[in-house]
Order: sequence, then structure tokens, then C-alpha cells
Amino acid sequence: MARPALQRVVMATQGAFDPGFLSRFLLQRGHSGWLGLAYRGHGEDWVELELPWRRDLVGETGGEVLASGPIISLIDMASGMSIWNRRGEFAPVATLDLRVDYVRPARRRAAVVARAECYRLTRSAAFVRGFAHDGDPDDLVATMAGVFMTIQARMPHA
Amino acid sequence: MPDRSALTAYARSLGIEVEQAGDGAPILAIDFAENVEGRPGAFHGGATSGLLETAGYAALRAELDRLGREHRLKPINITVQFLSAGVEKRSYAQGRIARLGRRNANVEVEAWQDDRTRPIASAVMNVMMADPAD
Repeated sequence: MARPALQRVVMATQGAFDPGFLSRFLLQRGHSGWLGLAYRGHGEDWVELELPWRRDLVGETGGEVLASGPIISLIDMASGMSIWNRRGEFAPVATLDLRVDYVRPARRRAAVVARAECYRLTRSAAFVRGFAHDGDPDDLVATMAGVFMTIQARMPHA
Repeated sequence: MPDRSALTAYARSLGIEVEQAGDGAPILAIDFAENVEGRPGAFHGGATSGLLETAGYAALRAELDRLGREHRLKPINITVQFLSAGVEKRSYAQGRIARLGRRNANVEVEAWQDDRTRPIASAVMNVMMADPAD
């Protein structure tokens, strides 16, 4: 995601990471763009994104419930944005470990909302927890926990 | 034998294909394309997870078919380890049943690109196996 266009935007905002503004660039392309992920809100250490319901993203042939795969992608992307938001700048991160508990299936034709909170940030690692729901934050669809690493510019796989 | 029609709408839409279906767990594959891209030139962690999870279910379905068991599969959880970046190449995944119980199964899955001995990611999944009528 550290493509030149985005870097120009980040520089234009003087390095500050504004999730609402930058989501237009971060969510419009690639896997996130294909899924149609949308920005919903953010706080000091959290970002909330939404995955709209779509017929070609369902988990069972003939069913109408979103598959679990796109929910992992939603949670992963919200996690990355919560890290940049807390850090106050955009820096590429790699997911190291991600755990998702599927508390219950989402409702038929329901969009899923995920809120990820970066509760601990060091120079190279970020710890994130979060949850997903399909309308009522008190009735969860999934919970998550993840660890992310900042990518060094010269790392072989960066 | 699992064919492409056995994959979920999501898996087909993402671009997952059955690479090899034999007696055991099928090998699934996906080509690199814009719709799986995260950082430029690399698979999005969510797309890699989707491949792993789909391969895990395919392994479980194959084993249940072999045993003549019919279940509705419901995800309990998944833990994914990302081992190295998935680059702009075709990626593969295959699951292995670690434990098959009456109501739940534990499935291990690995994803790789050129070299199967150097996986790009692995996952452990717990799956609930409900009665088809549930």
C-alpha cells in the first residue's frame, strides 16, 4: 500500500494519519477494494470498517450469509488502520499472527462491521484486539486478536 | 471428488481453483491478481487466510465424504501464522485433519508458492460438524 500516490497523500497531510481521509486511498484498490470495505469511524486507538453484504461473498452455495474469509480480511484491514491511526503515521505492517473466533454466523444479507483496537504499540510490533457484529455491538459475530510487525525498508520480503 | 462447484461462492469469486483432487485432501490454488493484492506486489493477509480456510474445509469435506458422513460445517475459529510474504505468483494450499471427532474437527493447513517446504502461511482451524438438518 506504500505506493507513490499514497505517499504523496501522506506527505500532503504532513504525516498525520487521518483514517477517514486516507481510507479513500487505502480501501479503493486491491483486495480491500474488491471486497468494498468502507470506513465507519475511528477513535484514539481504534478504527471501524464495514464489509457490505454481496451475493458473491456468501459461504454456502444457495445461502445468504457472508463467508468467514471476507470477515478475516475486514478484521485484518481494520487492524492495520488502527495501528497507523495510533502511530499517527502510515508505515507498512505485516500480519504475524491472527486469530478469529466465530461467535455466531452473521444474519442473512447482513453487512458486518469490525472495530479493531491497537492496545499496545512498540517500535516494531503492534498488538491488536477487536470484534465484529452485524448491527448490534452487544451481539457479536466474531472476536479477534492479532500481532503485526512493522516492515523495515530493506527486509527481503518487504 | 471435489470440483470447483463444491467451492463456496466466495472462494470461486476470489479465484480459488481445485488444483489436484485425488484420494486425500485436495490441493487448492489461486493466481495472483489485483483482487487479492494487499501491499503492492504481495497477497493481502485476508486473501491468504481465505485460501487457507477454503483448503481446510475441502480437506474436511473429502474425509467426511470418504467416511460417508454428512454434516453442515460451521466455523468455530481459525488462527493464521504468516510466515513470509506471498508474492506475485500462484499460491497453493492443502489441509490435513489433525483430529476428527463426532461433533468437531481440528484441521491444519499450509499455503506455499514455488517451494512446498517453505510455506508462506499456516493455519489451525476448529470446525463444528452439525447434523445436516440443523
